[in-house]
Amino acid sequence: MSSLTIKDLRKSYGEVEVLTDINLEADSGEFIALVGPSGCGKSTLLSIIAGLESVTSGEVKIEDRLVNNDAPKDRDIAMVFQSYALYPTMTVRENMTFGMECRNIPKAEQKDTVARVADLLQIGPLLDRKPSQLSGGQRQRVAMGRALVRDPKLFLFDEPLSNLDAKLRIEMRSEIKKLHNRVGKTTVYVTHDQVEAMTLASRIAVMFKGVLQQYDTPKEIYERPRNKFVAGFMGSPTMNFLNAKVVQSDAGFGVTIDGGDGTILPLPADHTANLAAGQSVIFGVRPEHFNPVHAHRGDTSARMKVLVDMVEPTGAETILMTTVAGQDVVASVEPDDAPKEGETIELAINMSKVCLFDPSTELRLSA
Amino acid sequence: MADTSTHEQFDPLATGGMRRRITSKGIVYGALSVFALIYIAPLLIILLNTLRPLEDIVRTGFIALPDAETMTLRYWGEAWGSFCIGGTCEGVSRFYKNSLLMTIPATILSTMIGLLNGYILSKWRFRYDGLIFGLITLGVFMPQQMTLLPWAFVLGKLGLSNTIAGLVFVHTVQGISFTTLFCRNYFVSIPDDLIKAARIDGAGFWRIFRRIILPLSPPIVIVTVIWQFTGIWNEFLFGTVFTSGGNQPITSAIVAFSGSGTGERHYNIEAAAVIMAALPPLFIYIAGGKYFVRGLTQGAVK
Repeated sequence: MSSLTIKDLRKSYGEVEVLTDINLEADSGEFIALVGPSGCGKSTLLSIIAGLESVTSGEVKIEDRLVNNDAPKDRDIAMVFQSYALYPTMTVRENMTFGMECRNIPKAEQKDTVARVADLLQIGPLLDRKPSQLSGGQRQRVAMGRALVRDPKLFLFDEPLSNLDAKLRIEMRSEIKKLHNRVGKTTVYVTHDQVEAMTLASRIAVMFKGVLQQYDTPKEIYERPRNKFVAGFMGSPTMNFLNAKVVQSDAGFGVTIDGGDGTILPLPADHTANLAAGQSVIFGVRPEHFNPVHAHRGDTSARMKVLVDMVEPTGAETILMTTVAGQDVVASVEPDDAPKEGETIELAINMSKVCLFDPSTELRLSA
Repeated sequence: MADTSTHEQFDPLATGGMRRRITSKGIVYGALSVFALIYIAPLLIILLNTLRPLEDIVRTGFIALPDAETMTLRYWGEAWGSFCIGGTCEGVSRFYKNSLLMTIPATILSTMIGLLNGYILSKWRFRYDGLIFGLITLGVFMPQQMTLLPWAFVLGKLGLSNTIAGLVFVHTVQGISFTTLFCRNYFVSIPDDLIKAARIDGAGFWRIFRRIILPLSPPIVIVTVIWQFTGIWNEFLFGTVFTSGGNQPITSAIVAFSGSGTGERHYNIEAAAVIMAALPPLFIYIAGGKYFVRGLTQGAVK
């Protein structure tokens, strides 16, 4: 059963259209991440789902009930805000019971619910404190607690981790995941951090300029991005895009890098549908799909000579900033395999993982 | 309330040669003392005159110390309870009561309406909200004299001419411009997310106001109360124009009895009355002044 359905949704402020034809559905219990750069409309979309913004046209359904014109309180949702939005003059306990108080839930039941949720989130000792007396991580927990006391049909998270420091963010991220596994509620999670989206979501909706670019599982999004934007946005360091041409030889299709030495990089047979010899393409390779030839264990038939401009060790991996034929290439390699700056090395490319994009439409070519 | 004076203040005279420090401190304190004396002198003179018999004042002039033998507090009593103003001999107590009856309700009403207006104009979007806010605050810049005729007309139509209730009405409406401006600008700094969270929690317009906005409002309530109370208490024009006789507020009454022309001027009694009239705003400012400056300058609610 689908728990959230968004159909042909449009939102405009006067002349400015901020959301265009959004179609999205989430199954019961799913964790959906809305991801995209600032101003892509993801937070607006979340506000529309919450009922804080009106719909210009289209439909929003929660558990198959049209809620376009329902007030937020009638949608049976709970939301966690980026700023946490804890009521500053109330204690943690009052923050959590405020919603139940509004819905006239008996005091005894309120008490039980708070006790249960406080136990779940381990915020029992904080119940009588004011938000100003809490640390960032504790506030975050209380904000989630306030959402959890509700037992809603839908959880909405609006960049809940972006105000935390890096270490705490990773901690809370896995905690949100654990929590979701335990509670099993349909969740919509807005973030600009593609790592959060990848780690948490069962499906990711990538948005850009008010348009839903792709809506799919993290694996599909990462391996088979629909277009150049999705490919570039997901993954860090970002995917390399090289201008190239398709060539055809006896061995089948391949690509050559524009301005390079004409080395043919053979494409696997299942990548070659819809290609024509001589066609200009954007050749997309993720940094981790490069490997120095001497260290590469697989097929090394596709190689590329690159000049190493800069080496950035990060500990777990080493990032190489290189150039080939005047185009920048970023590769990430094992620290032990890393060359020195100024060296020219040969990189083997895992051709089964590459993507080809049409230079004009920016859509991914081939299957 | 957090203590705001935890840091050491910068003292530009803390270093330098002994000579420089002594001369510069001497200049600073000398100049400050002269100005302090200028400011305090009128109050001091008036205060001393309340203790002196009229003959003494007439004989030696305004500026003199009271004679220890004739010094008395009875003029305070007379000014309060028995001095004759415009035919009635009740002192200023009656007008004092008028002023309180006018100032307290008008302050409370205008503050409450201002809080509500500020909440609506800062947290709820509706068509022409900016225009309405602009029109309300226009009242801040409107000269009082311009409103005299319209008010006279309105009060006459309502049957409130020459009544305290009429003055309460005028001051409430006149005050809304200020209180709305203050409250709206203060509430703007309350994060909208709080309102959104409350709406998702199921709270409506009034519950959000009562449970979220009002508990955050004490700083701005203190500001508007001080502003309105002192403003309305000290107001003279409306009181003089719209009321007469026993219905006047104290500001108008004092002028009435100092200029009543019934022969000799009772400077000592007038002085006592003037000081009494100045006490309530002074008290309210001293009580809330700390919060006044803080409320005006800080908007943050964190």
